[in-house]
Amino acid sequence: MKSTKFTELTQEQIDRKWWEIGDFFRRNSLWMLMYCTGCCAIELPPAMTSAYDMERLGMGPMATPRQADVLLVTGYLSLKTLRRLIYTYEQMSEPKYIVGFGSCTINGGIYHDSHVVINRLDRYVPVDVYVAGCMPNTEAVMNGFVDLMDLIKSKKADGWKRYHDNYDWYKKNQEEALGEVRIKDEFHE
Amino acid sequence: MILNILFGLGVALFGFVLQTALGGINRKVIARLQKRYGPKWYQEFLDIFKLLSKRATSHGWIFDFGVIMALGGIIATAMFMPITNELVAFDGYDNFFIFVYLIAVGMLGMAMSASGSGNPLASIGVMRALTTMLAYEVPFMVVVLTIINITGDSSISMIAEFQQLANNHWFIIALPLGGIVAILALMGMLGKKPFETYIAPAEIASGPMVEYGGKQLGMLFIMHEITVFIEVSLFVHLFLGGAENIFVFLVKYVLVYTFVNLISNVNGRFKIDQVVTFFYKWPLLLAVSQAIIAIYLGWVI
Repeated sequence: MKSTKFTELTQEQIDRKWWEIGDFFRRNSLWMLMYCTGCCAIELPPAMTSAYDMERLGMGPMATPRQADVLLVTGYLSLKTLRRLIYTYEQMSEPKYIVGFGSCTINGGIYHDSHVVINRLDRYVPVDVYVAGCMPNTEAVMNGFVDLMDLIKSKKADGWKRYHDNYDWYKKNQEEALGEVRIKDEFHE
Repeated sequence: MILNILFGLGVALFGFVLQTALGGINRKVIARLQKRYGPKWYQEFLDIFKLLSKRATSHGWIFDFGVIMALGGIIATAMFMPITNELVAFDGYDNFFIFVYLIAVGMLGMAMSASGSGNPLASIGVMRALTTMLAYEVPFMVVVLTIINITGDSSISMIAEFQQLANNHWFIIALPLGGIVAILALMGMLGKKPFETYIAPAEIASGPMVEYGGKQLGMLFIMHEITVFIEVSLFVHLFLGGAENIFVFLVKYVLVYTFVNLISNVNGRFKIDQVVTFFYKWPLLLAVSQAIIAIYLGWVI
């Protein structure tokens, strides 16, 4: 018979339990910041309005990176927009997730041989979920969000942690593509 | 004294739970209005606890301290709010002017904190919020002073009992022009759509809240829910005859908030100068004529 006696939990186990409780809230309330660069962005209006109603999942658009949990990268990224994307991602408060839309974020898509468009987004910022397609249809987009919720539940959506652990590698790739990555702090100059 | 304080904290907690649940239900109502299904009814709780579970960025101690001051000020205000005629935490101290003064502590705390973040959009938002406050307070105060003149008492629960004793002559009906002004002022107070200028997510990126994320934003959400509780219950007690028991209070509260929310969601947004001009034109005119009619001519229905 199994003993009903309380076993002493270690600090790590207690922390893990708190993190699991937090994960329940985090996966049921995902606020998005939409970085709409390309044509995939047109899939978001039907996902948000009465056709698919994203708010059922507790998702909603947010105006600033500080408030957002999920960064949606919808489409190709030129070198200019990549710089802004990195600034935006670094401003978000942790835990934070990235969803990449369409083939442009996976391998460059139809812009794979362009001189100003990056090919793999995963080399510069950690992507948690890719939604495949050019463009992905709205079911695929909704499916991607459900996948993200499942990944958070199984603790596999750890892109923000990978960004911390492998920061040197990401930084090197960013610098190779962009030259020096410098944040212009215009409020304190 | 200790019991009164505990009871007051209970009132604040009650207000938070009530308004947060109602906020979630109202998101569902609005979703049905737009032919959507809508989120779970407890979505607002999930949002708040998620925010409290996230890591937050700080922009200096004024930024952090202002949030705590805002939350503390609003909880202190909510402690004085009567729920029914008997359920008053500090009996005899539920004066209308206590709410007018104490609610400013919360608002100023938030203004200080938002300005401390150093983001220009936050400063614009705070400036707009205070300007809107300046606009709706004047007609609202004229109407409430008329009520205080008629009842001869500025205690919220006394005003509510006055309406119940006079055969349920609610002031929204007894003073019809004043009632219209009060609804408009309530929409301004709650920051609902035509007067939503200071949030304005599309133009100033949610205004005062632009630099908040994580724990601070969670605390501000709690503060916002309690503020809405205070403002809607003030309306219920001053204009809808208060409540004899808690069931009546809940019914009136839900109806008022849902009504305002439904109006809000079919409207566009004013510019800040339109808000000020609007409040200083029609509601002020209505409020002053209501005061003259009620006090000098004595025509109260």
